[in-house]
Amino acid sequence: MKHATKLHLTTILTALVLAGCSSTKLDTDVPVESRGTTPGAGAGAAGGANAGGTTQSQVTPVDLTKGTQQGAASNLPRVVYFDFDSYVVKDEYRPTVEANAKALAADRKRRIAVEGHTDERGGHEYNLALGQKRAEAVAKSMTLMGANETQIEAVSFGKERPAVQGSDEAAWAKNRRAELTPR
Amino acid sequence: MLSRRSVLAGVAGVAGAVAVPAWAQFRVEISGVGATQLPISIVKFRDEDRAGQAISAIVRADLERSGVFRIVEGGGALDETSQPSWTEWRGRGSDALAAGSTTRLADGRFDVRFKLWDVVKGTEVAGQSNAVQPPDLRLAAHRIADTIYEKLTGEKGVFSTRIAYVTRGGGRFTLRVADADGEGGQVALNSAEPIISPAWSPNGRELAYVSFESQKAVVYTQDVATGNRRIVANFRGSNSAPAWSPDSQTLAVTLSRESGSQIFLMGRDGENVRRLTTSQAIDTEPVFAPDGRTIYFVSDRGGSPQIYKVGIGGGAVERVTFGGTYNISPAISPDGRTMAFISRSGNAFRLHTQDLGAGGQPNAITDTNDDESPSFAPNGRLIIYATRAQGRDVLMTTTLDGKIKARLASAAADVREPVWGPFGR
Repeated sequence: MKHATKLHLTTILTALVLAGCSSTKLDTDVPVESRGTTPGAGAGAAGGANAGGTTQSQVTPVDLTKGTQQGAASNLPRVVYFDFDSYVVKDEYRPTVEANAKALAADRKRRIAVEGHTDERGGHEYNLALGQKRAEAVAKSMTLMGANETQIEAVSFGKERPAVQGSDEAAWAKNRRAELTPR
Repeated sequence: MLSRRSVLAGVAGVAGAVAVPAWAQFRVEISGVGATQLPISIVKFRDEDRAGQAISAIVRADLERSGVFRIVEGGGALDETSQPSWTEWRGRGSDALAAGSTTRLADGRFDVRFKLWDVVKGTEVAGQSNAVQPPDLRLAAHRIADTIYEKLTGEKGVFSTRIAYVTRGGGRFTLRVADADGEGGQVALNSAEPIISPAWSPNGRELAYVSFESQKAVVYTQDVATGNRRIVANFRGSNSAPAWSPDSQTLAVTLSRESGSQIFLMGRDGENVRRLTTSQAIDTEPVFAPDGRTIYFVSDRGGSPQIYKVGIGGGAVERVTFGGTYNISPAISPDGRTMAFISRSGNAFRLHTQDLGAGGQPNAITDTNDDESPSFAPNGRLIIYATRAQGRDVLMTTTLDGKIKARLASAAADVREPVWGPFGR
């Protein structure tokens, strides 16, 4: 495990340099977590990195406007998107949920808010309840993956805080989401 | 007291079109024509220009928005001391006439006087004199409109009541309190985070609302006059949809503290929290019936959001709406007989009313597509709601039959979530 962790850190550093994030302050003892990428799955080992749900071309966005004070947690993928009128956490977001759950399991002092959101259609309060349902679905998945219930608060913003503006399906799809926000 | 019959006597028929109002600065955009509108003339008050408020224009706009009156233009110089020429006013088609004056008093106040006449009978109906501070001149005008409305219809007017609504603009959310015509708005709360679901306490002194200022939904109450705020529901998860009981002693709220959005009752200070609904579904948007014994709410327990009702002691839940697959945001008229709500048809979210008696059917009363948040005027004759027009969120009032609609004034910001306050202020 220690070996994998070291390799992963190197990967992140490389990615950050490539992404031009030269001003990003890196914490040397960042508790990075294993994603199951095998030590042998370096560049050129095509198709070997899908076991843990990640791919070699994956770029994990770093949002400097949010949660950066949380250090390592900000390196985790933070958004789960939902289908219309659905609360089911789709398979493609299982790695996102799992990574966050494991981070919580690894550090019981860590806390996270799962913020549910909806698209703009419909009433303010009903959408608030829909967003709550999405947040609770993600929170429940995380507890099944090892996080403690007391580490997670499921809340909702309903349709009040859209990620993107717009009144078409492309915008709506980006707004039907749950955001995992360190607290 | 003027009987409605004598005023209506002159109304043989109503013109099919409404003229563009001359008091366009109030942006009262009327659409539609009511079945029975009383033709009335409100002459410009003597010296109202010196008072700084267009008293007669405010009165005219109020009466027109009610849907009960049709304004007959015309005039000449009249005040409350004049003796109108009945033949002349009958010739114009007016059944009622009001005129008045504003006089600046030595202490800086204004004496606002008016008189109302029955043109058909040629008699005086009402006369009043009120000395008010300059900031209360709009209120004085609204009270004149209330007096005229009550004298001619026998029902209380709502023009001097207040509304609250939320505006969004410049990255800020602002809860405002304004006159019932949307004018004279004052800020109750400014926040960088969303504010939703304002609800007036039955005595009109407090607003309950949901604020996201702590990065989650928390229910507050706020004394409007003093600005004192209090958290009444801040449990784990989301806290939302506050509704006051008619006696002001109980709040109904939606809490997710036991997972899932469910309806709870609590004392007005947040004490004595008890769960009202117990479903595996979403239960939210509680609202008390005027008798205080029944709560209407929205639930998707049947697979789609519909409106239900339950006693405040819990027990049997009864479904109220059956048409369509999306019925939300119930508001109950003060007499308990009519429910206003939003129903989705295709992609259109439209304001509907439904008689709450047996066999009541839903009735769409708008043709807009983004209606939200209906709220009854305290006399039950108008509904205020939010909708979209020309790409902006705007507030509208409508009569219950949907025939007379007026767009309320608002500044540049998008405006939403209107709620009509009680009588008195």
